[in-house]
Amino acid sequence: MPRRPTALLLAGLLAGAVQAAPSSLVVCTEASPEGFDVVQYTAAASADASAETVFDRLLRFAPGGTELLPALAERWEVSADGLEYTFQLRRGVRFQRTSWFVPSREFNADDVIWSFRRQIDPQHPWHRLSPRGFPYAESMAVGELIRRIDRLDDHRVRFVLRYPEAPFLANLAMGFASIYSAEYADRLLATGTPERLNSQPLGTGPFVFERYEKDAQVRFRRNPDYWDGAPAIERLIFAITPEPNVRVQKLKAGDCQIALYPRPVDLPGLRRDPRIAVLEDEPLLIAYIGINTRHPPLDDVRVRQALNLAVDKAAYLRAQFGEGGASPAVAPYPPSLWGSDPALAGWPHDPARARALLAEAGHAQGLKLSIWTRAGGGPTNPNPAIGAQLLQADLAAVGIQAEIRVLEWGELIKRAKNGEHDLVFMGWAGDNGDPDNFLTPNLSCVAAASGENQAGWCNEPFDALLREARRATDQAQRAALYRRALAIFHEQAPWIPLAHPREFAAVRRDIEGFVISPLGTNNFAGVRRTPASDPE
Amino acid sequence: MLSFLARRLGLLIPTFLGVTLLTFALIRLIPGDPVEVMMGERRLDPQAHAEAMHRLGLDRPLHEQYLSYLGQLARGDLGQSLRTHESVWSEFASLFPATVELAGAALLLASVLGLLAGVVAALKRGTPLDHGTMGLALTGYSMPIFWWALILIMFFSVQLGWTPVSGRLDLLYDVEPVTGFMLIDTLLSDERGAFLDALRHLILPAIVLGTIPLAVIARMTRSAMLEVLREDYLRAARARGLSPARLVFVHALRNALVPVLTVFGLQVGSLLSGAVLTETLFSWPGIGKWLIEAIGARDYPVVQNGILLIAALVVLVNVVVDILYGLANPRIRHRQ
Repeated sequence: MPRRPTALLLAGLLAGAVQAAPSSLVVCTEASPEGFDVVQYTAAASADASAETVFDRLLRFAPGGTELLPALAERWEVSADGLEYTFQLRRGVRFQRTSWFVPSREFNADDVIWSFRRQIDPQHPWHRLSPRGFPYAESMAVGELIRRIDRLDDHRVRFVLRYPEAPFLANLAMGFASIYSAEYADRLLATGTPERLNSQPLGTGPFVFERYEKDAQVRFRRNPDYWDGAPAIERLIFAITPEPNVRVQKLKAGDCQIALYPRPVDLPGLRRDPRIAVLEDEPLLIAYIGINTRHPPLDDVRVRQALNLAVDKAAYLRAQFGEGGASPAVAPYPPSLWGSDPALAGWPHDPARARALLAEAGHAQGLKLSIWTRAGGGPTNPNPAIGAQLLQADLAAVGIQAEIRVLEWGELIKRAKNGEHDLVFMGWAGDNGDPDNFLTPNLSCVAAASGENQAGWCNEPFDALLREARRATDQAQRAALYRRALAIFHEQAPWIPLAHPREFAAVRRDIEGFVISPLGTNNFAGVRRTPASDPE
Repeated sequence: MLSFLARRLGLLIPTFLGVTLLTFALIRLIPGDPVEVMMGERRLDPQAHAEAMHRLGLDRPLHEQYLSYLGQLARGDLGQSLRTHESVWSEFASLFPATVELAGAALLLASVLGLLAGVVAALKRGTPLDHGTMGLALTGYSMPIFWWALILIMFFSVQLGWTPVSGRLDLLYDVEPVTGFMLIDTLLSDERGAFLDALRHLILPAIVLGTIPLAVIARMTRSAMLEVLREDYLRAARARGLSPARLVFVHALRNALVPVLTVFGLQVGSLLSGAVLTETLFSWPGIGKWLIEAIGARDYPVVQNGILLIAALVVLVNVVVDILYGLANPRIRHRQ
């Protein structure tokens, strides 16, 4: 039996005079990418395999944070009215050279314009070539927002907006704003093979796509020409391992060096293992219960406050996420996000006060409500049945009789949109690090009209604050507006905020430079393996 | 024989029509649609949702969708995956070799060991050996796959380090897929040691997947053998002084094989349709995992045509088994 090649490699390296770090990184990932034309997809696994490896954007998020940094745009200016954004593009950036395409020119304004017009201009030749449409650009209404994009010269572009939109810069750092090579796209169209854009991606990013074997692996090699310095890792391999327990076993066996998303129950064992380090962070996630304020008596703020007081959040968190698996939520977004209010205390667990409030509202005799939840678990609700039962018990303790209805996720979203529920378990994942990304889609009056706001809650003072904060471009000023909005949210209680689940990754000790992103994506450009510290 | 085949083939058309109708209806009966699943934790406004459904042609009346689906099939077009835009056929073709490789290894293991165990148990009927073998077979049959696989992984892969945890090949080997069969591709590549590595990757999943068929075949062989061993012709053969080995393996086993073949055929069918749990646990990129994910994503064309392809395979295997009956037992052949 031959030894494992990693061991062979290590042995060979140790035998030699030079001690070099292993240059391959194998990551045990949780799912197959849906494809590599990232603008068509929304799953994190797809973004990791394209936006975070092959592509760059005008701006990028700081590793492990939500702070915005220059990327393909070196700097930018925003006009006083907040309608014009002018970007100075980085010079000398090369598109990747692959076996299937060799670019003839460097990155310039044409690529930026191509990447956006394709998504928002129905007349663009590539617009209809996306059978799935552009889910991100569409759901964020980018087409309505951008009036036009001007090419000022080879290295300057100007975005003209129809209305001021403060989160716009953050949106440009999201996966759907990845910059493609217009030259490559033209070639694909000319050769009648546009579908290759999805199977043979090519960008300016830190890693060059090599090959995808469906449901098995994705292989990349480093981009030697990367404008921000070539990555230390020569070969990056995603080992697609959907079963979390198996990811952990593979990590222990040394078959991969990073295991994404271990389950909280496996963490104590991993922490005891001297060869492994457990990383954790608070991603931009919220789990909450939407209270349908259109259904009497839930239109009565006292009843909604009583519901908040009735819930034993600590018990819920322990049962749902395990010890240390989540922190209790008091607001619609995690406290790590700017615009949070550290002084805002959540509703305590106080059944006596809840009863008193209910009596005051004229429901001393009790109430009947429906609890809606989903059938299968997700990141914001790992075990929906248990969660609903806990809520049912908490409500029973204050005299509210609740009936649980379990629906499949898609169906739940649809019926909740129709407003059929009284209480519904929901979750939200933020993806641009802007508070607006949590508030407007879920709690604005527009969202109440469309049904996205399951509370059906349209509060004029709150909504005015959101609109004002969208127009303002100064972050400190916006943060102050959001803090005022949070106070209204708390007092009006359209939700029972439940939890901010934590996110984990387990890595071998010889891995350096990997950080979990609160945005739910994973980037390996800054990872290196230290020589020989990994006891095989 | 020919008329028998013709009759079997004639039955295929209604069978396949039934399969298309069932899969078409069942996948749409599950609540939720592809667009909603695509958006995941994010949610799409109703207008964008309607547009996306229209783009996918899913807003048309059901009977229209079904007829156009049949029309597509009649032209030999299996359509495209809604998730990946790859053609369903090419996805199936790229994943199927992995399933065949795993199912083949599992069946080989199951039939060799199963037949052996069954014969031994039948010959030593009532002895501790018989009870022991059949007890083990019963245990194997009732083994929860999930637990069994994890136990094997923890013991052999993590504790002892003898076998890899999952996958088909150590990913540090760079082997281009040519045939899709890893054992062949590794031989074709110039990566040294890759073939043995692929073989070692096959061991645990084959054991896990083969456990239940092994148990079934062992028990089936035992009872079939017991029945045959009681027959007069065997007593006569024994009386004529045939060697015990010849007696057992030629005269008895051959006749005992018919029921075993039936079971074998059923197992082949179910193994080829993909072993969902085994493939998921061992990150084995095969058909079962593909279909389960497609169901989760409401990827209608993949579910419909993937199941159709598998149905075709199961039917084919059963036809082959029917033919094998005749070979194993001339009495059946003559009756045709």
